[in-house]
Amino acid sequence: MRDIATAPVISAQNLNLTFQTGDGPVHALKDVNLDIAKGEFVSFIGPSGCGKTTFLRVIADLEQPSSGTISVNGLTPEAARKARAYGYVFQAAGLYPWRTIAGNVKLPLEIMGYSRAEQDSRVKKVLELVELSGFARKFPWQLSGGMQQRASIARALAFDADILLMDEPFGALDEIVRDRLNEQLLELWARTEKTIAFVTHSIPEAVYLSTKIVVMSPRPGRISDVIDSPLPRERPLDIRDTPEFIEISHRVREGLRAGHLDD
Amino acid sequence: MRNIIPVLAVTATLVALWYAAVIPMNAQWAQDQARRAGVELTLPALIVDTMSQQRPRLPAPHQVAAELWNSTVVEEMTGRRGFMNTGSLSNRSLVYHGWVTLSATLLGFAIGSALGIGLAVGIVHNRAMDASVMPWAIASQTIPILAIAPMIIVVLNAIGITGLIPKAIISTYLSFFPVVVGMVKGLRAPDQMQLDLMKTYSANGGQVFAKLRWPSAMPYLFASLKVAIAAALVGAIVAELPTGAVAGLGARLLSGSYYGQTVQIWSALFAAAILAASMVALIGVIQRATLRRMGMAA
Repeated sequence: MRDIATAPVISAQNLNLTFQTGDGPVHALKDVNLDIAKGEFVSFIGPSGCGKTTFLRVIADLEQPSSGTISVNGLTPEAARKARAYGYVFQAAGLYPWRTIAGNVKLPLEIMGYSRAEQDSRVKKVLELVELSGFARKFPWQLSGGMQQRASIARALAFDADILLMDEPFGALDEIVRDRLNEQLLELWARTEKTIAFVTHSIPEAVYLSTKIVVMSPRPGRISDVIDSPLPRERPLDIRDTPEFIEISHRVREGLRAGHLDD
Repeated sequence: MRNIIPVLAVTATLVALWYAAVIPMNAQWAQDQARRAGVELTLPALIVDTMSQQRPRLPAPHQVAAELWNSTVVEEMTGRRGFMNTGSLSNRSLVYHGWVTLSATLLGFAIGSALGIGLAVGIVHNRAMDASVMPWAIASQTIPILAIAPMIIVVLNAIGITGLIPKAIISTYLSFFPVVVGMVKGLRAPDQMQLDLMKTYSANGGQVFAKLRWPSAMPYLFASLKVAIAAALVGAIVAELPTGAVAGLGARLLSGSYYGQTVQIWSALFAAAILAASMVALIGVIQRATLRRMGMAA
């Protein structure tokens, strides 16, 4: 029996997922094996169709694997979802236009049946965490895209899930905003000690954020490389100019290229 | 307010076209009368005559306006059976007949909207209803209401239901349909991502409905309610025609056509149009207030 402290939070063994489409079966995931330990920041990087989002959705019980096993907090994904084990941040902020920012952050708390007082104190806390305290009473359309995405992160942090699943959350934002949000995300991760699984298209983003980088390749979607980052947990933005950073970026790029050779 | 000038221009054009049409439409009668009396009509006299006949083929706008005024304000203020003299609405006034029709309209609209929303909720949440209800709803609207209205009234009369309810049922029949169509669309408006988000919270069906589907459907609801209330009014008026009803705008139209009182017909038509426009405008006001409160100012 494994020690509780070191048992992986997310563990996938021989995971396969095949979508049946009009053009025949599509292997979205093939023989995926991966362990994610508590407190890790794991990035999934790869071209479109490599299954990175699909894998995240399998963890979240939004897709069902065709074969293989996966456990989340030692439970099946469905049990983990019902136990509200994770917060999910989508590509688009997806805030409800008819709710204020505070109202949007409150949404999961209302559904999960927190008391009114608890809701208010949590909303206040997480809005401070994402630096949106002054915007609680604004409606989403009054905020910039970056602020909306921060609000959606606050929404995923509002309840006590210790896993945060993020599907290209900054993909639609410009680079300046993205840098700032990446910095804030690292601060937030350090303060909350959550386990984060993060899907991205961007090599610098993956290398800057992660303790572990999972490089994936398409047709069939599979893991082609797993890189444990030697970078320290404390990461100023200019760490991106260091030789270590450039070396890891290089290895990620090589991994991505290797995946494409079969095409 | 920049819109006011084009609107006035269009209205003025329509009124001018109406006046222009009045002269040829009523000229025949004026000339026949003149010939019988053995006088020759000059053109100005002919024009004046076409605008002031008792029973014109096409009444002039000012005749309709005068009839509207006389059969509402004047009748109620000074009429022998008017509100000022008797404390109740006169059965000769359009206020009275309008209210009779309006009450059936509002009852039918309320039932129709509730029915429409109920069916839409069923269609969105139940596969069997999704497959079966909509074809019937569409089929129901292809039957001419004039054909089915008398049957509904006769059947209900046979089981002792008369008066307001049969008319409201015909209003319901016409008004539930736009609400079903609009609300099915509205309740399905949330995209997959928003539904997935609810799933990650393991929200139950009721929560998804109350917190996501229902608020998403609001703009669609108001658009359908506007169509529905106009349809409900048509239903109430049509329901008054085949029964020989003695009260209501439909009854005014019917008695006007029995006795060739074209001015009365036209004023009843305008009363109906004004009623419909006011109700649609009222829903518009509620819509704006609701959407503004929801942060979705339209």
